[in-house]
Amino acid sequence: MGITRRAALAGGLSAPFLMSGRAGAQAPSRSETLLLVQEYGPNSLDMQGIGSSQPVNGVALNCYDRLLRFKPVPIPGGGGNQVSMGELEGELAESWQIASDGMSCTFKLRDAKFHSGRKVTAKDVKWSLDRAVTIGGFATTQMNAGSLEKPEQFVVVDDKTFRIDFIRKDKLTMPNLAVTIPFVFDSELAIKNSGGDPLAKEWLKNNVAGSGAFKVESWKPGVETIYVRNDDWACGPLPKLRRVIARDIASPSTRRALIERGDADISYGLPPKDFKDLADGGKINVVGVPIPNGVWGLYLNSQVGPFKDVRLRQAVAWVLPYEKMLQASLFGRGVDMSGGPETPKPAWPTPFPYKTNVEKAKALVAAAGGGFSTTLQFDAGNATVAEPMSVLIKEALASIGIEVEITKVPGANFRTEIAKKTNPMTLNRFAGWLDYPDYYLFWTMHGNNSIFNIANYQNPDLDKLIDAARFTTDKAAYEKYVVDFVSLVEREVPMIPISQPTHDVAMQKSIGGYQFQPCREPDFRYLTKGA
Amino acid sequence: MLSLIGQRLKTTIPSVIGVIIVTFLLTRVLPGDTAAYFAGPAATPQAIAEIRSKLGLDQPLPVQFVSYVSALVKGDLGTSLTTGQAVTADLAQRLPASAELTLLGLLISMAIALPLGVLAAVRQGSWIDHLCRIVATAGVSLPVFFTGLLLVYVFYFILGWAPAPLGRLDAFLSEPPRVTGLLLVDSLVAGDGETFRAALSQILLPAVTLAIFSLAPITRMTRASMLAVLGADFVRTARASGLSSRKVIGTYAFRNAMLPVVTTLGMVFSFLLGANVLVEKVFAWPGVGSYAVEALLASDYAPIQGFVLTMAILYVALNLLIDILYGVIDPRVRMEG
Repeated sequence: MGITRRAALAGGLSAPFLMSGRAGAQAPSRSETLLLVQEYGPNSLDMQGIGSSQPVNGVALNCYDRLLRFKPVPIPGGGGNQVSMGELEGELAESWQIASDGMSCTFKLRDAKFHSGRKVTAKDVKWSLDRAVTIGGFATTQMNAGSLEKPEQFVVVDDKTFRIDFIRKDKLTMPNLAVTIPFVFDSELAIKNSGGDPLAKEWLKNNVAGSGAFKVESWKPGVETIYVRNDDWACGPLPKLRRVIARDIASPSTRRALIERGDADISYGLPPKDFKDLADGGKINVVGVPIPNGVWGLYLNSQVGPFKDVRLRQAVAWVLPYEKMLQASLFGRGVDMSGGPETPKPAWPTPFPYKTNVEKAKALVAAAGGGFSTTLQFDAGNATVAEPMSVLIKEALASIGIEVEITKVPGANFRTEIAKKTNPMTLNRFAGWLDYPDYYLFWTMHGNNSIFNIANYQNPDLDKLIDAARFTTDKAAYEKYVVDFVSLVEREVPMIPISQPTHDVAMQKSIGGYQFQPCREPDFRYLTKGA
Repeated sequence: MLSLIGQRLKTTIPSVIGVIIVTFLLTRVLPGDTAAYFAGPAATPQAIAEIRSKLGLDQPLPVQFVSYVSALVKGDLGTSLTTGQAVTADLAQRLPASAELTLLGLLISMAIALPLGVLAAVRQGSWIDHLCRIVATAGVSLPVFFTGLLLVYVFYFILGWAPAPLGRLDAFLSEPPRVTGLLLVDSLVAGDGETFRAALSQILLPAVTLAIFSLAPITRMTRASMLAVLGADFVRTARASGLSSRKVIGTYAFRNAMLPVVTTLGMVFSFLLGANVLVEKVFAWPGVGSYAVEALLASDYAPIQGFVLTMAILYVALNLLIDILYGVIDPRVRMEG
């Protein structure tokens, strides 16, 4: 009796499952809609605003236009396109011309319309770029990185002509116009709704006022964002997708199950092991791009603690099990950064000449006065990769008499910890949007001591080389500066590069047109969904 | 009855004030710098300082507290930095999701646990008693995220019976007009059968996960309490008077055994409401638990304070409800009140 009742109950419970399955299969919209699952979604719709999270870049990318964009080039391993930093194409700009003295650039705007129906004018471009350099926080810092610093640099010539005056010759200025910060708002709409704030911060945080290829149909922070195509988009070929649903699914296991069962079209941000399994399984396309200008590195504090002694920094570089770390923490989804040539190529990240050699390391430790204990920290948010990596570091260093204690620092606290610059060892991943070696070193090893100079490295010779490389216009001289400063940090090793991770995305076989962007958010404008 | 409620409410005022002060202080002593976190990568010290003053974090603590409380009086819980929305709006959006899930989980759990506990007590030492013991042990020892993942694996991944664990509703359906915020209720109010079925199929697995977890305390408590009552004098008297076994157990024993069970139910409910973070994560359920945990990881003060305060008030309300229920179940409690 009891058993039959239970069986009946179980049947009743499963009935709604079956019915919904049928109802779902009949829904016509699925074939025109892309379903993307990601760990977390945007916390704002305004990438220029203070405190915007990583996914907000995707809103900026898809719902707004910039003057310029990076040119797509095929990924060497296939699977889609990445971008070429040096080559730009017009987005809102129909054409552009750099002045003969090289100190300004004039842009001719396309006939483009905002989602509101109003025409895009040079006035809107100026309002938006002025906003980016004055709003403060990340947006302003990013603009400054390309020598875009003052509103006076942005000049409205006429309705369809816009000029940027350079304050110095800086090769980062033009590429910096293609990142996700200097996008163009509908300034009239924004001011009308601003409630008195000249930058309309509150309103733009919750509303899109752009001319981009997609509009935001609905946004539920922490739950989902729904995009619909802007059929009047003027700045490129009309996207194939009509509608995109981006759902926030916190659990990586659930995201993996969804993509494997075929319910989600694209899954972002899985652990490296899942990407490896999916790639090996062969049912799902996994496209990996080595993150440009991104590398996992072990930062050794050069001002405080034992690693003041360069011999100990070199000893650590000689003892790390590079290949094992790549396999155990990234599951091979990355590029090994050991065993490079004596004279480096003018590139970054580039393999350092170190490879695992315990004898050499032991000799260096003995010369520096023998073993000791120290601590290693990493951001708990990166634990999936950083934890196995740090355990291998601990094990390797024990073999040369260095005892390591590992500390996992919660996300909110990590910034505070690295800002102190007192921790002997820090394992971290840093990636620069603009793919130039001097840009990377400017953030991580320059004497201006930004928060990402975690090793607290101070060397006037290095600063001179980085600054010279940044502002030179001569290509040969540039490459020489790069080789010189890379050789310098290879000798000094304030940071030991471990692996250049790949940025992986898992997609159904029916999805085409994958486009990798330096901001690492999905670009819906190029994606296609087959039958 | 009204005076009882009034009196009870009066005693809760100090505890609510205490909760406000403690959460305020606790969030401030947490390690981590909100301003540095939200300044984002590549922030300059000036940018961090700007954000700090914008958030009012450069003010002395008493000043921050006064502005917090004066906003609170106006019903303003502040703005979450992680979602960028007002905390009251976020909670209003997410609390019904958690409440719906927890209520259904608890209902399923009660539907199994109460009969099981009663039967186990009545037939002490029989196979049903052993079953009760096994269920209770398994329920307690299986962590919810494990049960959740296992159910997803079996019913979604292998069998394909359950829909994709994508949250409260299939991505291609739209929510019914909002009345209570509970999708099952709202879709019925709107008379939308398809949405009701879809919402039900989405909620079943997470609710069953919660039910498995909460089975143990309810079953054990029912069994223990029934055993105590069955051994009492009035049950023996009732039996001796020749009343049917059904009448003795159903009417006299069960009702008397309910008091501790109701208390346990209250505890389990308030615990589940806030603590089912892991279930929410596995099933992408947009509830309050995962909201609070994410805020905590980002040192985002306003949502944490709002969450704790809401939970405290819910707890107070729930306890009040249980007190009133006591009166309904046992008239003696009513007289004392």
